[in-house]
Amino acid sequence: MRKDYNLAKRQYVIGGFIVIIAIIYVIRLFNLQVMEAKYKDFADSNAFLRKAVYPSRGIIYDRDGRLVVYNQPAYDVMVIPRDIKDFDTLDFCQAVNITPEDLVKRMTDMRDKRRNPGWSPYSPQKLLSHLSAEEYGRLQEKLYRFPGFYIQKRILREYNYKCASNVLGNIREVSPADMEKDPYYMRGDYMGDIGVEHTYERFLRGVKGTEVLMRDALGRIQGRYEEGALDREAVAGKNIKLSLNIELQQYAESLMVNKKGAVVAIEPSTGEVLCLVTAPSYDPTLLVGRERGNNYNKMMRDLDKPLLNRAIQATYPPGSTFKPTQGLIFLQEGIITPATPYPCYHGFILGRLKVGCHGHGSPLPLKPALQTSCNAYFCWGLKNMIDKKGKYGTVAKAFDIWKNHMVSQGYGYKLGIDLPGEYRGFIPNVDFYNKRYGDGHWSATTVISIAIGQGEILATPLQIANLSATIANRGHYITPHVVKEIQDTVVPGEYLERHDTSIDRRWYEEVAEGMRMAVTGGTCRVANLADIEVCGKTGTAQNPHGRDHSAFMGFAPYHDPKIAIAVYVENAGFGATFGVPIGSLVMEKYLRGYIPPERKYLEERMLQSNTIQYAGTKKH
Amino acid sequence: MQQKESTASVFKYVDWFTVILYLILVTLGMVSIYAASYDFDHANMLSFAEFSGKQFRWIGLSLALGLVILLIDVRVYENYAYVVYAGLLLLLLITIFIAPDIKGSHSWLVLGPMSLQPAEFGKFATALCLAKLFSSYNFSLNASNKNYARALMIIFLPVILILGQNETGSALVYMSLFFVLYREGMSGLILLAALCAVVFFVVAVKFTDTLLLGIPTGQAAVFIMIMVLIVAMLAIYCKEPEAARNVALWFIGSGVVSALLTLVNLEVPGLVFFLGVIGVALVYCVLLMFKTRARNLMITVSAAVVSIAFLFSVNYTFTSVLKEHQQMRIKVALGIEDDLQGVGYNVNQSKIAVGSGGMWGKGFLNGTQTKLKYVPEQHTDFIFCTIGEEEGFVGSSVVLMLFVILILRVLSIAERQPTVFGRVYAYCVASYFIFHIAINIGMVIGLCPVIGIPLPFFSYGGSSLWGFTFLLFILLRIDASRRERSF
Repeated sequence: MRKDYNLAKRQYVIGGFIVIIAIIYVIRLFNLQVMEAKYKDFADSNAFLRKAVYPSRGIIYDRDGRLVVYNQPAYDVMVIPRDIKDFDTLDFCQAVNITPEDLVKRMTDMRDKRRNPGWSPYSPQKLLSHLSAEEYGRLQEKLYRFPGFYIQKRILREYNYKCASNVLGNIREVSPADMEKDPYYMRGDYMGDIGVEHTYERFLRGVKGTEVLMRDALGRIQGRYEEGALDREAVAGKNIKLSLNIELQQYAESLMVNKKGAVVAIEPSTGEVLCLVTAPSYDPTLLVGRERGNNYNKMMRDLDKPLLNRAIQATYPPGSTFKPTQGLIFLQEGIITPATPYPCYHGFILGRLKVGCHGHGSPLPLKPALQTSCNAYFCWGLKNMIDKKGKYGTVAKAFDIWKNHMVSQGYGYKLGIDLPGEYRGFIPNVDFYNKRYGDGHWSATTVISIAIGQGEILATPLQIANLSATIANRGHYITPHVVKEIQDTVVPGEYLERHDTSIDRRWYEEVAEGMRMAVTGGTCRVANLADIEVCGKTGTAQNPHGRDHSAFMGFAPYHDPKIAIAVYVENAGFGATFGVPIGSLVMEKYLRGYIPPERKYLEERMLQSNTIQYAGTKKH
Repeated sequence: MQQKESTASVFKYVDWFTVILYLILVTLGMVSIYAASYDFDHANMLSFAEFSGKQFRWIGLSLALGLVILLIDVRVYENYAYVVYAGLLLLLLITIFIAPDIKGSHSWLVLGPMSLQPAEFGKFATALCLAKLFSSYNFSLNASNKNYARALMIIFLPVILILGQNETGSALVYMSLFFVLYREGMSGLILLAALCAVVFFVVAVKFTDTLLLGIPTGQAAVFIMIMVLIVAMLAIYCKEPEAARNVALWFIGSGVVSALLTLVNLEVPGLVFFLGVIGVALVYCVLLMFKTRARNLMITVSAAVVSIAFLFSVNYTFTSVLKEHQQMRIKVALGIEDDLQGVGYNVNQSKIAVGSGGMWGKGFLNGTQTKLKYVPEQHTDFIFCTIGEEEGFVGSSVVLMLFVILILRVLSIAERQPTVFGRVYAYCVASYFIFHIAINIGMVIGLCPVIGIPLPFFSYGGSSLWGFTFLLFILLRIDASRRERSF
């Protein structure tokens, strides 16, 4: 046998080739199987269908236990695209009440990765949501004719009262961003949007359960994994008791019909919000069901902004409702005593500067100044404080102290109500004026209009109501909140904590008495009820948007306040014409439970009047 | 040589090591198929209605077949090699016309209750035929071009017929026989050329996103590899170390100069640079050739020119010659495309299945990916997934090692053959195994394009199992009689 030893060496080339390949493959296997963790996760999400078991969402009651929001079942049509066989489209469309064109469009939208990032032909995709009971029945009967389609039960909200939409909020499908923020949510889940539904989402939603099912590559369920050993039961959401009196809310909303503005009522001793009205508002049921998207978009575009919660999100010049805060600061700082009189010659006149006022006696001390809402009095007070170099050294120093007193009374920062989207309003500080006028180039006269709640000052109706509650409490407030009780747990501690202002309690007596006088013989006479001692302060705020805003702030009864209120009606004129009547009616309704016949005319006038026509459609 | 051998001597000299390896692999294959087709609802390993039950029957028949092969006189294989080959060609031809259309391929002969794939049997027939050719009196591959033509004809006839059945994967297997030709004297340059072609193709197609010197990075990389090739060939193949050093210095020098020019914002156009630099080197080689009259220099120059031409035609080949689904498969394998619902689905799911196995695997029958049929073809071409998922890194490495041991064993058997017939046949067997293992496992772990060929002894199917049993046991039979024929 001839053997070519040179060629025989080539066995090592061939053998070496497969050995090198094998080494490469072993390295690759090591990388895939040992180094990379992601494939395990992929495998789990592939093979286990963690089917969510939805808990029922917490029920919402009002402060007296009236049922406000509860659940109703809803049905979505889901489809696993791979399992679709030819089916009678017309028959299907008739069952669910859509046109064949609509069906085609929905199918194409569903396949569009941009609209539906979770698209996969192997997993359930949502085709239609919120079938009516009738449609559900019709489809259920025929479902066997449409392979690949099935019905998924979900929970929607049902409302007993068509009010408080902005407080209650609603639920919506989670967005990709929500899912990213909180891995609890999965596609197609619902979560609270705005209002209590949003703030108390964690309590209301409960805990989803899971049922671990095995599924094959076509998404077909192959049974429960290990007889349900890994399944977890759903935990129902916690019920919530609002601090709102839903009937008071409904009444106040009816008074605010055809008006723009807000009404906020607070129980002073607890900080519990009794009603929180924003107008114009909307029917909460508009944001439930299949038309939610359309209705939502329509309201988004509505120039009257029904989705804006004016009670906490609109910031207005508080006007004369601001004056009590000024009186308190001057008393505290010793700028005035309760007896210090200031002159008023139809206004505050200093050189060429003039802030107008209306006719009343002059000079006058604090209480009559509050009673008659004298502009000049508070302008003098502010001027004497800010320019009092002997006491404070500089304007900036004095102004800083003024600002701190304002902040301690709940202005300039969010109060921290348990509703999302609260605005902070605006109380200027030294930097602000330094920037605007230059350091040292401004004084009390430059900023004098802030003394009467005009100028740069902005406040939310909630802050005004909170001031009223603070005066009712004679010097402290509890952060306003709309939830009174949460099932099986306690309300967050910040809603029990007492905030004392930087002003002595004794000065509050002076201001309260002034406000009482305003009702008995001043600007708030409409609120002067026979057997309830009401205290109040009107506000008529000039604004760049047309007619003055009508505002009212008050509480009752004088000596044992049960309710503190703020009313703000945009472009409705004098505080006395709309603010006072609405405020007094709401307080009366709450305290008495009814409106006596002699005041029915007032109620009627408020229900019938329309001020939205003056409001136009402007930004706030 | 004429002496009649006894049955006893066959069993005495048969290579029991290979037999045991075979039995281990077949058993593991059976177990894997059981795992891959395991159904949670009705599990019965031996029920004939199941894949595993059917495979069990095939294995039983294979063992009987192996025994029969060992009992047949070794001269039968040698004497009837051409007849067997001709018969198989005829069968392959007939199959094209009478086979039913199964997913576009016409490769299955339906014989009553069972279906057979003649292409699987073509392998041993071609191996026998090639061995027979090489063992003919005074045959030498390099003696004449006619001999090359004969060998290539034997290889390509079944390839053409199998391509006619639309079974590209099975046809490609025959390309592995070039290893045999290499062992029998074919120039190593051809293998080198094939290797270069594959590497250049992959690099040029894969790295097209970024630019280097104004041309795609892949192209630039191939140019650099051509430079390395020229230097290496000059040094090793032409044995001209001085020339090699000169050319290497020229390449490095011009590279440094162009890098410096780039630094001062005088970018040299890439194409001009590479063609110019390589061109100068080639002219130098040609001048050297006139001086030394070395033929190897000409081959070196040609290799460089062909490589550059190849590089320019790659783009054309890729977009115009290959069909769209082939382009797609290649792109997916090279990681250019990520088509997870289409072609990439198989590869991605199989990577998930293998990757989820971890170090020790999920345990027998505990693989969720394969049980729930995420990986298409998991009991046939993608059976390695099941091993990867259930037996983990350790299990899959062991299986891979078993195959490598088998191949190395076959190579050592090949080299101890006293006859050219035995050696060539053994090399054919080794080549087929190398191709099947490299491609099949490579595609499961996402390193090769998806080419539908089975994993020997593991993939479900009688034809494949029988085909490999034929292949291996004929080798064992030939090997068992090496002593009688060695003088």
